[in-house]
Amino acid sequence: MMTPIKRSLLTLASSALLTLAATGLQAADKHLAITQIVEHPALDAVRQGVQDELAERGYSVGTNLKWSYESAQGSPATAAQIAKKFAGESPDVIVAIATPSAQAAAASARGIPLVFTAVTDPVGAKLVKGLDQPGRFITGMTDMSPINKHMALVKAVVPGAQRLGVIYNPGEANSVSLVTLVNEEAPKQGMSVVEAAATKSSDVQTAARSLVGKVDAIYLPTDNTVISALEAIIKVAEQNRIPVITGDTDSVARGAVAAQGFNYYEVGRQTGIMVARILKGESPADMPVEGVERVELFVNPGAAQRMGITLDSALVDSAKSVVE
Amino acid sequence: MSLIAFMGAIETGLLFGLVALGVYISFRILDFPDLTVDGSFPLGAALSASAIVAGINPWLATALAIGGGALAGALTAWLNVRLKILHLLASILVMIAPYSVNLRIMGKPNVALLGETTLLTPVENWAMPYYFSIPLAFALLLVVIMGLLCLFLKSEIGLSMRATGSNSRMARAQGIATGWMTILGMALANALVALAGALFAQSQGSADVTMGVGVIVIGLAAVIGGEAIMSTRTVVLAVIACVLGAILYRLAIAFALNADFIGLKAQDLNLITALLVTVAIVLPGLRKSWFGKRQGANP
Repeated sequence: MMTPIKRSLLTLASSALLTLAATGLQAADKHLAITQIVEHPALDAVRQGVQDELAERGYSVGTNLKWSYESAQGSPATAAQIAKKFAGESPDVIVAIATPSAQAAAASARGIPLVFTAVTDPVGAKLVKGLDQPGRFITGMTDMSPINKHMALVKAVVPGAQRLGVIYNPGEANSVSLVTLVNEEAPKQGMSVVEAAATKSSDVQTAARSLVGKVDAIYLPTDNTVISALEAIIKVAEQNRIPVITGDTDSVARGAVAAQGFNYYEVGRQTGIMVARILKGESPADMPVEGVERVELFVNPGAAQRMGITLDSALVDSAKSVVE
Repeated sequence: MSLIAFMGAIETGLLFGLVALGVYISFRILDFPDLTVDGSFPLGAALSASAIVAGINPWLATALAIGGGALAGALTAWLNVRLKILHLLASILVMIAPYSVNLRIMGKPNVALLGETTLLTPVENWAMPYYFSIPLAFALLLVVIMGLLCLFLKSEIGLSMRATGSNSRMARAQGIATGWMTILGMALANALVALAGALFAQSQGSADVTMGVGVIVIGLAAVIGGEAIMSTRTVVLAVIACVLGAILYRLAIAFALNADFIGLKAQDLNLITALLVTVAIVLPGLRKSWFGKRQGANP
């Protein structure tokens, strides 16, 4: 006679065995290895986007897709070791999130299809020779903001703006590329640029104050340091009636007037499509580097009022989201 | 663990062996708690990468990096010796300053070297896979540097430097210019670290302004770990211990990366590092007290 406990243990064991056997049969048709420089909400959203898009296209993690994920926790030396680990495993595709991870993977992967994502300037980072013809085993997605659209938005929000303040961290590769573009695009809209640098979030308020009296509007690129201290800028802007426009849509709910941006989850979804194409047999060498397709307008009329302007009603109507 | 991952850990370990040698000189020989390395490592990377991209010969570019590191180390020591700034504070000052300097040198936060001709380009064409040739080249380089360092530490200047670190008052009484010894030693230490930074950038394909974060912790972990696993009674043994410590540390990281089966993930790396260093620090003491007890029991 078996005691009830023994019997339930036996059932448990046999069902566990069955599950193991079942996963063993279906497991690992394809192997995707994903390397990320650091845990960060935007980068994590990219990864989630890749996973969800692949699931929608029939590759679900744990059943027919082996998913190896490693984070370097901010250390380039570890990113290098992760890249070598993946190179040794020869997965079907390596996905590298952010520039340092992508460069480490490009140096080690040698022939394994590599899809980078959340890289602002893949040509400058020498990942690809040109955006249209990647040429090697590497392709991916750039998260470069459409700065021309952003400058047009600044003009739409503050038609009289002649001097535009930009706050950014000169230590962030992304931001430096973005500010270079701002300096090219702003004059085309009839604006001169005043830069204010903040190398850490505690410097952001000082940087914002340095712009008071010198600018008619403030533009914030998608800069981690600056956006993390956004409230300090909003406070200075409200006190001095300077409208703040950003490239980061989440900032609008936190008090910026308007933003035209994308979210990183969508970047991940679009990356997932590229990964699926490679898993189906396409060569990364023939796939042009893609930019973000979906840009959304967010506006905050209340913030506009606090910063001394009124938003054009046509602009408010065209927004995807209006923060009350 | 795959062969490529294993050799990759050796490669990174050998590079950080250079950092460990630098840290050994400052912490152990000069008794100077030096955080400059967090700045001199990316300084070496920035100098060599920018020079290579500008078309300068990679050997010269690497020499520039070594010079830059030596200057940074000498500056830290000078702040301490001549301006009487507390050594820890002096090194913190020279740790943060290179961040701005590196941005100026590179002109941007990340300089890519993928596809450029570096010191390692000829090495990759050796008659073996790249994941063997690069660690082999680093190993050869390290053997030469370790040999030179041992010879130096046994020379008259080297002995004076060691005396400076172990008892500066006595050293001064013997007519040793302890201030100059400190400056020289710190320059040497940070030159080694900058060389490591330069080689790291060349093997990884980029120099990044954030590259230095935590280098000092890895260096210390290597030195202390090395001391925990073997005797460091002579200079030669101590130098070997540093490099072994660095390699073991990187192997431990590689193990953590491959230890899915016990549930360890890359997310746990910083915790593992702290544990590893703690164990390495505590272990020699435990061993001593254990041996001590046994001797007590059987006199």
